[in-house]
Amino acid sequence: MDILVCVKRVPTTGAKIVLTEDARAIETRNLGFTVSPHEECAVEEAVQLVEKHGGNVTVLTLGGSEATQQLRDAMAVGADKGILLETDGSEWEPMATANAIVNAIKTAENPFDLLLFGNEAADSGGYQVGIRVAHALDLPCVTGVKALEIHGDTATAKREAGGGFEIYELPLPAVVTVKEGINLPRYPSVPGRLRAKKKPLATSTPEKMGGGLEMVRLVTPPEQSKSAEVLGEGTAVVPKIIELLRELKFVG
Amino acid sequence: MSDLPKKAKIVVIGAGIVGNSLVYHLAKHGWKNIVLLDKGPLPNPGGSTGHASNFIFPVDHSKEMTMITLDSVRQYKELGVFTESGGIEVARTDERMEELRRRMASAKAWGVEAKLITPDEVEELVPYLDKSVIKGGFYTPSVGVVDSLRAGTLMREYALEQGALQVFPNTEIEDLVVKNGKIKAVKTNRGTIKAKYVMIATGCWSPKLAEMAGATIPLTPAVHQMISVGPLALLEQTSSEIEYPIVRDMDTFCYERQNGNDMEVGSYAHRPILMDAKEIPSIEESAMSPTELPFTEDDFEPQLEQALELMPEILGDEKAGIRHAINGLLSLTPDGAPIIGETVEVKNLWSVAAIWIKEAPGFAKAAVEWFTHGASEIDIHGTDVARFYDYGRSTHHINARTSEAFNKTYGIVHPREQYASNRNVRVSPFYIREVELGAEFFETAGWERPQWYNSNAKLLDEYKDKVQERPHEWDARWWSPIINAEHLAMRDHVAMVDLTAFAQFDVEGPGVVAYIEKMAVNKMDVPVGQGVYTPILNPHGGFKSDLTILRLAKNKYRIITGGSDGGRDKKWFKDNLPKDGSVSFTDLTSAICTVGLWGPHARDVLQAVTANNVSNEAFPYGTVQNLIINGLPVTAFRISYVGELGWELSTNMEHGLKLWDTLWAAGQKFGIVPVGIGVYGTTGRLEKGYRLMGHELEGEYTPVEAGLDRRLVKKANFIGKKAYLKAREAGPTAVLCTLTVDDHTSASGIKRYMNGGEPIVTPDGQRIVDGKGRPSYVTSAGAGPSVGKHLLLAYLPTELAQEGTQLAVEYMTELYPVTVAVAGSRPLFDPDNERMKA
Repeated sequence: MDILVCVKRVPTTGAKIVLTEDARAIETRNLGFTVSPHEECAVEEAVQLVEKHGGNVTVLTLGGSEATQQLRDAMAVGADKGILLETDGSEWEPMATANAIVNAIKTAENPFDLLLFGNEAADSGGYQVGIRVAHALDLPCVTGVKALEIHGDTATAKREAGGGFEIYELPLPAVVTVKEGINLPRYPSVPGRLRAKKKPLATSTPEKMGGGLEMVRLVTPPEQSKSAEVLGEGTAVVPKIIELLRELKFVG
Repeated sequence: MSDLPKKAKIVVIGAGIVGNSLVYHLAKHGWKNIVLLDKGPLPNPGGSTGHASNFIFPVDHSKEMTMITLDSVRQYKELGVFTESGGIEVARTDERMEELRRRMASAKAWGVEAKLITPDEVEELVPYLDKSVIKGGFYTPSVGVVDSLRAGTLMREYALEQGALQVFPNTEIEDLVVKNGKIKAVKTNRGTIKAKYVMIATGCWSPKLAEMAGATIPLTPAVHQMISVGPLALLEQTSSEIEYPIVRDMDTFCYERQNGNDMEVGSYAHRPILMDAKEIPSIEESAMSPTELPFTEDDFEPQLEQALELMPEILGDEKAGIRHAINGLLSLTPDGAPIIGETVEVKNLWSVAAIWIKEAPGFAKAAVEWFTHGASEIDIHGTDVARFYDYGRSTHHINARTSEAFNKTYGIVHPREQYASNRNVRVSPFYIREVELGAEFFETAGWERPQWYNSNAKLLDEYKDKVQERPHEWDARWWSPIINAEHLAMRDHVAMVDLTAFAQFDVEGPGVVAYIEKMAVNKMDVPVGQGVYTPILNPHGGFKSDLTILRLAKNKYRIITGGSDGGRDKKWFKDNLPKDGSVSFTDLTSAICTVGLWGPHARDVLQAVTANNVSNEAFPYGTVQNLIINGLPVTAFRISYVGELGWELSTNMEHGLKLWDTLWAAGQKFGIVPVGIGVYGTTGRLEKGYRLMGHELEGEYTPVEAGLDRRLVKKANFIGKKAYLKAREAGPTAVLCTLTVDDHTSASGIKRYMNGGEPIVTPDGQRIVDGKGRPSYVTSAGAGPSVGKHLLLAYLPTELAQEGTQLAVEYMTELYPVTVAVAGSRPLFDPDNERMKA
């Protein structure tokens, strides 16, 4: 089976976010880049499915030339080829992004049996691109998937819903957006990393469709102050802990 | 958290391995009221210590570095944080094998057990290494890893237990307050601490901290890439952090080190990636830590391939992942040495920076000894922050030199190797003439100095029987036989030597005699016009410097010292000026140029260009006079470092070119030759047995052992006098000797010539150590064209320091017979100095 995975280059988070002076982007001077954890899982899922059922994994991204790094990262863990829809690196809103991906899929050499997306991008969090692509291609779509199985021409997708699970069957081809937790993504091996350099990567320049959302500026939420207090050492501290647990209403 | 104290005796900034080692040794030395600050949390505040690979290879070509590293290992062992793993430096090329043979000599010299092993033996120790890609290895069983964070915690705890220390993590330094050139206080986000002394131990942040005080610590943060690959099945079977020897893949500038179930691969092969200390992200803005920056994959790619080639079995494991990858920050300096000592700009503000894990406890101990007593047991003058001149502190220079040197971290660096970057920063007025004469320039303290002149190649024919040929490329690298020919021409005729790199200081005023007596070992209250060569000692009686002082007037002296020592000597002399202002200090280095005029015809040349009488009677040896040469005011000092009749002629910079041209023209009929520093610093000097600071002279040897003590001791008090008197009473434990190499023929039949640093051993190859544990090694080596021998200087235990004693020198793992030609300071060439006094 042929699987397409779409990923987006985003700054590595985990630290205080600093904005550029015009507040229209994140200051990335000291940041690394990655894809969202959901997308890492999407790549892993595609690789595992192909390991099981045979086929090819193509990883696609829309972004500046530096986004090649994210394609290579995906190829290092098993994706077979990459497609870069090269832009000037500026942020594209979901409609234009979806449109560009749809055009790429339509002009691809082979049709894809399965299109995997992360549930949402780590930076913009639009939750839209996968759904828009499905809509434009008139394909079935399930979002937020935490388990995925393929049986012949059918995919079974499972997602969390209010304490339980919803289970869907989709005829292939289909679009699935996955959530972190569906699998445990592997680290690239040394040979994998070296192979990635030699895998095919196709670059094209997409037309940007007008309309859609427009970003005005970014605002960082007020900082949540964190503080740690050492209560003491040894058994003497036990009463203090009990008191604290009561205060926080963990114990009656 | 308790409040910051209002006052402290010493504030140490930075709680990495260096800061922790400092507070430990300060407490051990009895210091109290110490405060340790760091902007990060404990035990890992986020500096380079936190991501260090923590392994220690003790052998270095530098004695200072090896001794400090060995001392550090001893301290880590005492703390119980050292795990011995063994380590192998592997060679992929023949050139590297030769370098490993050179390392064997250094290991022997500094007393570290090591051996060269075959690829099979390497594989036996490291079964996952592909022996087919290597030619051999240099195995050091005592290599190991340390837990540097644990070591830091233990050292901090010791100081806390002594009641000597208060520790405040999460405390950001906002400013360093300086008043009248002295550090006064440390301003933090939690209040201000008044402090008598402040020590900056903040590694790659040091330049930023120093700048707060208006001081400089010339280093740059630079990236060292490291990845961690695992889990590896083979390593999972081991029960400890490290069971296999660490491998340094020297030719690819990489290392592979087991860390639990992972293999860490680190690299010094990528392009130099420098950073500005002020650009290092804050703790809050850092995804990992401020010194663990995002990995830049492309830079590491070639290393990945090379590492896979060396260890295909484990690194080729498809199941093992690159679990961790960082661009880790470390500190680099323009000359590669750490930066220790009181800053030049601010009193009582110390730098203890650019120090790696392997050296930290040792350098901290030495720094505290220096701070406390004015000298350290292991001489660390090579790390003195005062060694840099202003140009050397500039970002331009730091970046140029560190970029050039980064890939030499595991490189094969020749002892005479020159930097290519940021040259021509200091040139003498003679420079254009030197260029015309085909000078090959070497650099000293930024100065461009001719090492030899290619225009003298014609002399090779004339002296062909007496000129060394060095058939081995290594021995002949950064060298030319022309040096020997220049030497012989100087001895036959007369030479001009550019000495502008001298650092020259005038001290003047009513208190100057008392002051200069206090500074120097030899009697300084001499007649006006007299010059005196003298040791300058530290309070322990070891060498601080050796230099010449001229009495120019009743209350005025001129201090003349070497370019490489000028920065340190300037600080030493300035620091000791009387507080009452009775002596003024002027640095004339950039105002004066000097040319040495030496050789049997020196007087003929000089007399031809001056109306002053320069006969032996009118201008005796060892005296200084003002002359007019072709209308130029010249200070002439009758002295020689090469053992010839002649003068050091100094004039104002702007007169220099005319002085050169005048002497050159007058010298033509006497066969004048331009002569380079190859003669001045090596061949001429060694034939005369003259000692050189940093080579023969250092803090660990006394003037008695160096043969520089005089029959009488002056009445006046001077720094180091007590220790000096003691040393005289005790007599030498070792004596500086001149040795000749009796046979240069190697096993392969090629003649080999030592470059310095090699161990002097017994004829059967046993290491020689004196009664104080100091090894015998070659402090300087070079040709003696006039005595027809290759000469070596070395300290030998007194019982071996007998003329005629047969010993050996180990060079590239082979032994060459040597004979003690002179025990002590008597010159081998012209022992009665008749030529100089002619």
